[in-house]
Amino acid sequence: MSAETQTLFSPGLAARFDRMVTLYPQRRSALVPMLLYAQDEMGALNDAVIAEVASRVGISELEVRNVISYYSMLHTKPRGKYHVQVCTNISCMLRGGNELFARCKEKLKIENRETTPDGLFSLEEVECIGACSWAPAVQVNYDFHENLTPESLDALLDQYRTQNGLADRGGR
Amino acid sequence: MADVTFTVDGKKLTAPAGTLLIEACRAAGIAIPQFCYYPGLALQAACRMCLVRQEKVGKLQTACTTQVAEGQVFTTESPEIAQARKATVELVLGNHPLDCPVCDAGGECELQDMTFKYGAGVSLYTEAKQHREEQQWSPVVFFDRPRCILCYRCVRVCNEGMDVAALGVQSRGVTSVIAPNMGDHLECEECGNCIDICPVGALTSGTYRYKTRPWEMNHVSTICTHCADGCKTTLGVRSANYGAEIIRGDNRDRSGINGDFLCIKGRYAFDFANRPDRLTKPLLRDKDGQLKEATWEQALDRTAGRLRELRESRGGGAIGVIGSNRTTNEENYLLQKFARTVLGTNNIDHHRTADYAAFVRALGERGRGRSASLRETASAPAVLLLGNDPTQEHPLAAWNLRTDVRLNQARLYVVNHTPIKLERQATATLRIPQDGYGNAIRFLAGDDTALPADDAGRGFRDALRAEPSLLILFGSEYRGAGVARVIEFGLGLADARFACLGDYVNSRGAADMGLLPDLLPGYLPVSKPGGLVEEYGGALPQTPGMDLIQIFDAAARGDLAALYVVGSNPVLRYGIAPETLKNTFIVVQEMFLTETAQLADVVLPAANLYEKSGTVTNTFGDQQLVNKAGDLAGTRSDFEMIVRIATKMGADAKKLVPYGRGVRADMGQSRGAQSGEADRHAVWLAANNLEPKLSPLDPFAVLDEIERLVPGYEPQAGGRAELMAGNDIHLEPPSAPAASSADAGPARRDLVLPAADTLFTSGTLGRYSEKLNSVLEAYTTAARTTGRDGLSPVAAGESAGERDRRA
Repeated sequence: MSAETQTLFSPGLAARFDRMVTLYPQRRSALVPMLLYAQDEMGALNDAVIAEVASRVGISELEVRNVISYYSMLHTKPRGKYHVQVCTNISCMLRGGNELFARCKEKLKIENRETTPDGLFSLEEVECIGACSWAPAVQVNYDFHENLTPESLDALLDQYRTQNGLADRGGR
Repeated sequence: MADVTFTVDGKKLTAPAGTLLIEACRAAGIAIPQFCYYPGLALQAACRMCLVRQEKVGKLQTACTTQVAEGQVFTTESPEIAQARKATVELVLGNHPLDCPVCDAGGECELQDMTFKYGAGVSLYTEAKQHREEQQWSPVVFFDRPRCILCYRCVRVCNEGMDVAALGVQSRGVTSVIAPNMGDHLECEECGNCIDICPVGALTSGTYRYKTRPWEMNHVSTICTHCADGCKTTLGVRSANYGAEIIRGDNRDRSGINGDFLCIKGRYAFDFANRPDRLTKPLLRDKDGQLKEATWEQALDRTAGRLRELRESRGGGAIGVIGSNRTTNEENYLLQKFARTVLGTNNIDHHRTADYAAFVRALGERGRGRSASLRETASAPAVLLLGNDPTQEHPLAAWNLRTDVRLNQARLYVVNHTPIKLERQATATLRIPQDGYGNAIRFLAGDDTALPADDAGRGFRDALRAEPSLLILFGSEYRGAGVARVIEFGLGLADARFACLGDYVNSRGAADMGLLPDLLPGYLPVSKPGGLVEEYGGALPQTPGMDLIQIFDAAARGDLAALYVVGSNPVLRYGIAPETLKNTFIVVQEMFLTETAQLADVVLPAANLYEKSGTVTNTFGDQQLVNKAGDLAGTRSDFEMIVRIATKMGADAKKLVPYGRGVRADMGQSRGAQSGEADRHAVWLAANNLEPKLSPLDPFAVLDEIERLVPGYEPQAGGRAELMAGNDIHLEPPSAPAASSADAGPARRDLVLPAADTLFTSGTLGRYSEKLNSVLEAYTTAARTTGRDGLSPVAAGESAGERDRRA
């Protein structure tokens, strides 16, 4: 299959995808990284994105949906600008992860997997994010915030809200 | 691979190294339970039912993924294993309702069997079961999610077997669920293999669900009446006040030529047989021109009387006979014998869907033994497909080709003027112009000027010609001299075998049995009937009769006194204007009041292929047994009708159907009680250890005569036993006198009219199947409401899966 003539993605990303599918013995091997990049650029994996990705890797839309539904980090609906992921696995739990999660719900006035009405924050309780040495930890988009207390979490969220972004390294 | 020896439950077993343990055990009669494992499909190892103990290995192993090696020792049954399997059943039952008494699969459910065997009816799980209402995914597929045990068989058969990929698994862990490709419904080939393969009652069939129980039906194996592959289908029938109702079609024991496979037609499109508008009383046209019900005797008397009168007043040359592609070999043979000996005419033809006569002639002596069985499509190392779209027209051949590519790494070469779905399995594809099929053969044979050849085209040719053996399948794009060129090209290769692809279950049989104006059974030319004159006991007309087109031309001229139509609808198929036939006495044997039947003077209600016995021959030349399954009071088989009409015309039934004891064979004696004319049939029966049949209405009496007289149908070693057991026997076409082209002549018109049927249509018969119509309708409506490309997958000439892939 040649490169897509019409694409939803930016020229840079489209060019990246054109190359990615050539890197593996089978095109479909590029599926998961492609979905992650697409999600970062488009905000969510909507029907149009799924259709284009399916055609790029040469599988059916159903198969793309199967993969998306398997991985919790891939999603089909847009989330908040800042996606707050609170770890409550064992290390974080022992060091107060559940309290952090409760504080988030209280402060943002949303439940797990919900988005604030202004679209700024969304919240998700996640499995281990690999920051056990600095537990409890919270991941906002791709940024890690470690050794948090409910108070420092408050300050962090305020900072995101008022400054509308710390050193945002891009991506959602 | 080399054989290895290993021990299972104390028995020494031998199998090729690398064989899966579960298969090696099965071959040795040791059953290992499984849910997710299915022969021929990818390994899943999801269910953990096949756990066995392997010596010196710490944990229990899955037999479905263990490959046998020298010296291994296994235990397949022990208290430890039983406990493990019980735990697995309990886990599976964690979300599965215990509703066997109301479940559609009750009585033929693998989970039910396992629960009874290992006993986990009482569960330790106290969590609430995940429930969801059942969903209808298509006119034929229903899904009851709680019953699903996530064995993924349906997903694999749809992906690997069908290459449709309409089913997938969504989410993960305990929330995993089987999902259809269109969100809440399926767009697929509607084959129903997912339902058949489902070990529980999660996927159920739209035609069968909740109608009956498996033990309340009789199960009759017969041959599907639709396409020319001739799949074995097991019909579940139940007594009804009018006879026997067909409730289900499947391939229950996965035996026969098609193994696991059936398409929508074999599985669901039997419903025409149960339609309330079936004709059950003969109809006679009265003085006012209206069709009125009559008794069988009145109708047969009228038919025989008029035919006899017209034969005597206007001669056999003024009578035409049109046979069927869906009647048995015995009926076709009898029909041509009736036409030639009783009506005295060679004006006999049928709707030809492929040029079998040219195929047989082209094979001739050099091609002896080169005709391929359908089974070879699943095992040939390399296949050349010329024209045709097997996905639509030959679903079993397409399934076999996909299987062959998947499991045997076969190389498939496709030559077609339009994209077909099987190209996804093809090693190489050669796209040609629509009128370029003849040139394609010249090109493949080495003529570079025949096609605008590029490097890809030459690469295709080189790869093809380098194949050490090749199976060549060609569609009805090739006729007459075109067929000869294909055969000539193939015979020039190292090792080629051939098959000619036509449509409808017994198209091949109709040609083999001589429903042709110029050819007798076995493709003997009418000008050289040989021994048949003596066998048929009288003069046979020796000039070729009128073909189907000429018959209607004669009718238009007013030269056709009578037309006798068996199971065919030429008026619609050939667009015959009704006034053409206004001066012709027409007899039609039909199930329904078709366009042709509406013009008839006598309509005789016929039984269909599911309601009679006999044999049929598929397009590959594989002969199979047809068994009577359904029954509708008031109808009669075409066989019976032909015999009754003939005898009422004054013919000797014994000459038409060799039944009872004939005159004693003299065995060389010329005097005494044993003298007399030799009864060759009786001698033949004795020589073949067969009994004379006792009834003139027994089709097997005619089968005996076919085996005795028809070139190409000679009895084969064990053939009759194989046939009766429901197996296919491959028949080599005769290299008989017909092979000399002088007799048939190059000017012979092939008159092939491809049926162009798809997965969801089946000629006139298909129109009477509500299931096929509902599927067609679902696709056209869906296209309208969703604004997709506006055509059903059928109309677009491609499968739904393909469209889905492209969309």
